[in-house]
Amino acid sequence: MKVRGARAEGPSAWMVVPALAFFLVFAVLPLLGVVFLSFTHWNGLGAITWAGLDSWQTALTDSVTMNALVVTLKIMVYSLLVQVPISLLLGVFTAGNQRYRAVLAVLYFVPLLLSSAAVAIAFKALLDPNFGMGPGLGLPFLAQNWLGSADLVLFVVIFVIAWQFVPFHTLIYQGGVRQIPASFYEAAQIDGAGRLQQFFHITLPQLKYTIITSSTLMVLGSLAYFDLIFVLTAGGPGYSTRLLPLHMYLTGFRANDMGAASALGVILVVIGLGLALVLQRLGGKNRSSSQLEGA
Amino acid sequence: MALVAEPAQDTVPQPRARSQGKPVGRTSPNLLGGLGGWVWLALIILPVYYVIITSLKNQAGFFGSNPLAPPTEPTLANYRTVLEADFARYFVNSVIVTVGSVIPAVIVSFMAAYAVVRGSGRIIGTAHTLFLMGLAIPLQATIIPIYFMITKAQLYDTLLALILPSIAFAIPISVLILSNFLRDVPRELFESMRLDGCSEFTMMWRLALPLVRPAVVTIAIYNALHVWNGFLFPLILTQDPDKRVLPLSLWAFQDEFSVNIPAVLAAVVLSTLPLVVLYVLARRQLVSGLTAGFNK
Repeated sequence: MKVRGARAEGPSAWMVVPALAFFLVFAVLPLLGVVFLSFTHWNGLGAITWAGLDSWQTALTDSVTMNALVVTLKIMVYSLLVQVPISLLLGVFTAGNQRYRAVLAVLYFVPLLLSSAAVAIAFKALLDPNFGMGPGLGLPFLAQNWLGSADLVLFVVIFVIAWQFVPFHTLIYQGGVRQIPASFYEAAQIDGAGRLQQFFHITLPQLKYTIITSSTLMVLGSLAYFDLIFVLTAGGPGYSTRLLPLHMYLTGFRANDMGAASALGVILVVIGLGLALVLQRLGGKNRSSSQLEGA
Repeated sequence: MALVAEPAQDTVPQPRARSQGKPVGRTSPNLLGGLGGWVWLALIILPVYYVIITSLKNQAGFFGSNPLAPPTEPTLANYRTVLEADFARYFVNSVIVTVGSVIPAVIVSFMAAYAVVRGSGRIIGTAHTLFLMGLAIPLQATIIPIYFMITKAQLYDTLLALILPSIAFAIPISVLILSNFLRDVPRELFESMRLDGCSEFTMMWRLALPLVRPAVVTIAIYNALHVWNGFLFPLILTQDPDKRVLPLSLWAFQDEFSVNIPAVLAAVVLSTLPLVVLYVLARRQLVSGLTAGFNK
């Protein structure tokens, strides 16, 4: 009965079941699990005991947590401020058709092939105050202790993140620009609009939805920067680059306090969902209006 | 004759129209854009160049010379050091985990995307909502319960421990991209196949799969990139050096060869080579698929 009905109306639900099962077991169940574990004591090996709000209290009163939130927020905001303009401009630029731009676009892609561990190790060597680029070139400006100075290290992290992820967003913008009808530009040229005017009056408004997509990925991505920073700075010096996911890992797997780490995990999920909802609202409004324009 | 003349006529007015309009437009070189493009290229290439030349230097050359100068006596000794340090084993582990995750992930995601696009009903609707939420939730926040489950299932320190969650985490983005493509398959094609008496299963494999093959290849490469470069799961779910995958081995090499930076960088190069090969082979596919996937 069920099968026959499904056959008449489309695929039956079983096709979604394998994916759903994997996702329920390894994503949804752990999501509920992390909420449960945040009310327990567990050192990672022994028995799990109920602890009420104890772990939450540990997580929230730990001064490092507040610091980790601030570091996460800083990295998120600075990453957006740095990456959006660069990838937008590069995307617009590489959307052109000259051959050399195609070659540039190929080379831009290289950082996407490297693992975060590889990127971190490469930059660690490059920025080494004794054997890295700075001292070798004899340029005092470059010979700073980039990763050892609490003032500089956050900017290094933001730069390395941009190095790794701008290419991906450039690609998104490039695709967005290529979808803008050429007739818009032809019309503007007939009206005598210059390149800058075309950029601000055609390209930028047309890319609104692309900007929101790309920024959403950047914001949510910045809640997941872990391996890059773990290998590059391990959160240091001091706590200066210890962002929330790293703080969670170190609390759980180094300090063996899985309860408090789970509370941090819950905070991470709440922030991620909250940001996604806000950004989706922005994007949803935009999508419907652009569909209206199209229709 | 007419065939030749017509396009010729078509192309003649175009430059004229362009020159009538503002020459400031697309015809003049975009100097600022060009400059920015090349500056960014330099920023991208410099670290890559540094890694490659340093990996070819011997210790004396590394300490003695300008770090950006090419090696005076290029040597492959660092590569030998890395290859002798069980690199092959880590490589094989990475291949097993990547292939073992990507193939199942693509199959289950394709079936799910097909059901989401063509089907209806509560289970499909709920699954779709969950997958979309999966895109928004930082799933790494769930590593502690995953660690718990994997240990309880006695899978700690096995490659299967890395494969299972990797499949789950690949599903949301894969379903999103695949369903974006599947929506473009015209309904009439399915209807005519149904009139011929084909089952949904046949339609999925004979009609939908060949039509969205570019998207399938795209997500396969995209997921392969992610799993190959994955660090967090290996870090928390394995311990035994025998079960190390490449990114984790880089991290371990860093300690092992702490004074031998050229060797560490040789390991970086070696771990990236397979992806470079894959990229060279499948670049167009990957780039066009990703662009389409995110712009719908």
